[in-house]
Amino acid sequence: MLHTVNKSPFQKNTFESCIKHAAKGSAVLLIEDGVYAALKDSAVSAKVQQAMGDITFYALEPDVNARGLKGKVMDGINLVDYAGFVDLTVKFDRVQSWL
Amino acid sequence: MKFTIQINEGPYTHQASDTAYNFATAALAAGHEIYRVFFYHDGVNNATRLSTPPQDDRNVINRWSDLAAKHNLDLVVCVAAAQRRGIADADEAKRNGKNADNIAPGFRISGLGQLIEGGIQSDRLVVFGD
Amino acid sequence: MSDEEMMEGGVQKKFCYVNRTAPYGTVYALESLEVVLIGAAFEQDVSVIFMDDGVFQLTKGQDTAGIGMKNFSPTYRALEMYDVEKLYVSKESLEARGLSEDDLLVDVEVKTAAEIRDLMEEQDVILTF
Repeated sequence: MLHTVNKSPFQKNTFESCIKHAAKGSAVLLIEDGVYAALKDSAVSAKVQQAMGDITFYALEPDVNARGLKGKVMDGINLVDYAGFVDLTVKFDRVQSWL
Repeated sequence: MKFTIQINEGPYTHQASDTAYNFATAALAAGHEIYRVFFYHDGVNNATRLSTPPQDDRNVINRWSDLAAKHNLDLVVCVAAAQRRGIADADEAKRNGKNADNIAPGFRISGLGQLIEGGIQSDRLVVFGD
Repeated sequence: MSDEEMMEGGVQKKFCYVNRTAPYGTVYALESLEVVLIGAAFEQDVSVIFMDDGVFQLTKGQDTAGIGMKNFSPTYRALEMYDVEKLYVSKESLEARGLSEDDLLVDVEVKTAAEIRDLMEEQDVILTF
């Protein structure tokens, strides 16, 4: 399954809930304020790192750039554009949006 | 692929409508079909004709109307949510005793069944919200 | 295909409604319930999951007189009449909020995060509110 998360992990528990319920082999796409979970050296970076074993992480690059986070994204997080977002929804059987 | 898109939030306050719009245009550019865009909760506010955003910013409502016209999209506004929030077409206004309607071009008002039907008929249902 | 034709039979998908917000502070709990009720007519395979603050939607004893809003919690008891019987509640979410099944106004199946995860993987269409 493809999961999307649009909330900052510092604001709400959305990101945490998502990774707790994402099966091995899932993808999590960070969009809108959700891209803050992709920041290097933050309070949640270790959690993201740990989840990377089972989950593939993506971040929507236009949202990363909008927020001035270019160059500050953790290694292992794949940046995609909107076309890439669409491709992910096609690649996985279904999408769950975590709001 | 056939997509149904659900938008739960209104224009400007949340990024939901913007992200959905950018997703929709990318999907269309890639040759996919948008079966329906369904506006629920405050998402119905994307359908007001009376929005006047600043000139130097995107016009969220007109963008949807224009995309619908260009690609023959089905933009559906939930009737119950619209009634609560004051989005009406001429029929709804008349039926509910209102002295004005405000729906933007390209949008139509219908029931929640249209969302479910979208989920049944489409390959993917993607939700954009708060 | 019209809504009526769709309702008469044909495609059946697994629809899952995920509720993660508390009632009254925002409209999502009420309006998501309205989707479940309308959707019930389409004879799909429906599951409703309550997790995070969504578990608060099911607590007993909601008295909304003081806030002037409609108490819609009795509607959860009516879901059964619409053949919506698969109501799942997150064990961890209940515990984190100091709640147990006894605090809830309707019969539910309590599931762990792992079980909810597996349940979600089985669904065709997931609606979040």
